[in-house]
Amino acid sequence: DYRFERVWFWGCIQGLRGAYYIAEGLGPNRAAPRSRLYSLNCLDWSLLTPATKEMLALAEQLKGRFQGDPSFEYHLAEINAEAAARLAEGGREPVIKEEARLIATIEQIDREVAIVPRGAFVKTPLGSVHENRHFEGLSLLEAKKLSSYFHFTEPVNLKNKTLQEKADLDPSTDFLDSLEHDIPRGSWSIQLEKGGTVVVLRSLLWLGLTFYHVPKTKQFGYVYFGTGEKNLDLPFML
Amino acid sequence: HGPYQPHEPGYGLDQPGYSPYEDQIPDPQARMLAIKNAKAYLLKSSTRSGLNLYDHFANILTKILDEQPTNTVDIIEDISKDVKWAQFQKKMDTLRDEHLILPTYEAAEKCKALFVKEVGEEEELDEEMGQPSLPNVMETAFYFEQAGIGLDKDESYYIFLSLKNLINVQPIQTCRFWGKILGLEMNYIIAEVQLHEGEGEEETGEQEEETVAEGEQEMDEAEEEGEEKEKEAEPPKSTYKPPPEVPKEENGTGTNKYIYFVCNEPGKPWVKLPPVTPAQIVCARKIKKFFTGRLDAPVVSFPPFPGNEANYLRAQIARISAGTHVSPTGFYQFANEDEEDEEGDAYEENPEFEPPPVVEMVESLATWAHHVKAILKQGRCVWINPSQKSEENEEEDEEEEDKEEEGEEQEEERGLPLLTLISEDEGMKNIPAWTAQASTNLIPQYSVAILQSNRWPGAYAFASGRKFDNIYFGWGHKYSPESHTPALPPPAQAEYPSGPGITETVDPTVEEEIAFRVAQEEALAGEEEEEEEVEDD
Repeated sequence: DYRFERVWFWGCIQGLRGAYYIAEGLGPNRAAPRSRLYSLNCLDWSLLTPATKEMLALAEQLKGRFQGDPSFEYHLAEINAEAAARLAEGGREPVIKEEARLIATIEQIDREVAIVPRGAFVKTPLGSVHENRHFEGLSLLEAKKLSSYFHFTEPVNLKNKTLQEKADLDPSTDFLDSLEHDIPRGSWSIQLEKGGTVVVLRSLLWLGLTFYHVPKTKQFGYVYFGTGEKNLDLPFML
Repeated sequence: HGPYQPHEPGYGLDQPGYSPYEDQIPDPQARMLAIKNAKAYLLKSSTRSGLNLYDHFANILTKILDEQPTNTVDIIEDISKDVKWAQFQKKMDTLRDEHLILPTYEAAEKCKALFVKEVGEEEELDEEMGQPSLPNVMETAFYFEQAGIGLDKDESYYIFLSLKNLINVQPIQTCRFWGKILGLEMNYIIAEVQLHEGEGEEETGEQEEETVAEGEQEMDEAEEEGEEKEKEAEPPKSTYKPPPEVPKEENGTGTNKYIYFVCNEPGKPWVKLPPVTPAQIVCARKIKKFFTGRLDAPVVSFPPFPGNEANYLRAQIARISAGTHVSPTGFYQFANEDEEDEEGDAYEENPEFEPPPVVEMVESLATWAHHVKAILKQGRCVWINPSQKSEENEEEDEEEEDKEEEGEEQEEERGLPLLTLISEDEGMKNIPAWTAQASTNLIPQYSVAILQSNRWPGAYAFASGRKFDNIYFGWGHKYSPESHTPALPPPAQAEYPSGPGITETVDPTVEEEIAFRVAQEEALAGEEEEEEEVEDD
């Protein structure tokens, strides 16, 4: 119905009473923001609206597990009286639905920990980003290094690099932030499984985000299986 | 400037007769000549690499026509580079390639060892030990797979084989695959094991003897030092007495009921984890650290953890087992129903157990019960009064002991009795402690009841008829709705007891001194007058 050319299974967020299964789809325009669908039973899928800044700001204050019911309402008055007051002044009720929290959480996860291997995407001189048809996968050596993986979002730190580092970069492939400089250091766990045939990266900031790549092939992907909560205790745990 | 490419302006300017104003070559013979010239130019080898443009273009076009990638014009430069690369590798082959042993190969060798069946195996089975129970890991994995939990089939099978190896090596009575804990560098695969009686106790007996001998040596040395010190002026003695150490539980009971073996990957040798002490459990409750995957890694935390990662791992395993190991109610019953609940550590299978239907198991949490004792605040399953124990150890502390008994009395802690229903587990805020689901709603005859723990995310239990099991896949941490707040450092201790000898007093001011002197003189004068009066009389 949605005329998607490619559909991915994004992952699963465990709620208390049920789990949300999330899928992403892309139409012919690969650069467009992906549309997301969720389902409670993998049969009926509903479209999620794109996240707005307000939703993100509000959802950050919500803590605790997801309930598993999309129409569940969180009462902001209990959590943060100021935000509730602000909303009430704006003429809206100080509640936030679980669906909005779901949208905001998925958006946050994608922004912060969606990663791709180096060379999988290239940037043309015109500025648009395409998949690299010629991508043959990372070598085993490269696959073990954190610097061969990039965040798949607008680069934040790229311009801060020194000129020396920039000279080594290849502008067609190195236009994204690498994982090396993630704060706090060590927030990714990188492991070789199955005797070195698969490299698995797990994010420690969002527990449950797993990225895999088979070196020397084009296969890579990431999936999220977890409770949908950010691990704010990370600095204590390292 | 080198020779120009055909599409660049200025091409052909160095050739006679080719000016940019002449677009067409009217003479056919001149055209043939032009073509030959162009081809000769293309065939001209580069001085650096020995390639020529003609062959290179031919190779590129061949490759493109062979592979036919989409959007070729976008990746033409990459293709060109690749073709050049291929050329280079063949020509500079004067060095012999060192045959790199891929890590894949090494790992495969280890796994291969698992698959080799030992020749002497069948003979050993006839001994009086009887067959130890090898857990059917694949069957358990199948049930958990119904719930969407579990490991790759290959990995499950490798674990199965390595458990079999473990049983052959160690004298094991029962064995169970406990689960997998993820770590930063490597993961842990954990097996829960009960050794045959009498086997595990030898090691700890030796350890205890060693520590007692060392303790005696230390006491002798301390006495000598004490005598020497008394002769010199001593700094004030520290009034700090560390709280008495809570002794750990015996092997085979309480938190140390099972022995755990870990390995990083199936195929690697199994390492036995040391038994857990209550101090470690108490400290593990206060810290939250990731496991690195190396058993000897230090655990840097506050409060300082007494031990290294192996001890921390063991403590977390003990907590997880105590918190999340459940079985259908009635499956186990007390061995002796007369004894009190606290001492009734022994339970056995109930032969008359009738499993409730799956639907009921999902709906009501009262159909599940813990079969591992809960851990008290003290860090043990059975409470013990630590001040009683200290009598046996040190004789010098008799005086201090009296003070302790008069001072704080530790309250006896009572934990939940064994086999409590999990419906009595407290939730956190409004989150229930357990989430129950049936594996499928579509085929109720074969569905399996699945329990997920919310207190320890990653702990699962399933039940289907008489079969049930618990397993853990996760990072090894408890869930807390609030953020983890590390313990604050204790307030700085008073360095010295304050008393009149040390405390500062305000120096008297000048007026006070004068007044004092005046008062003294008056007193003296008064005495003199009295004396004079006495003398006069």
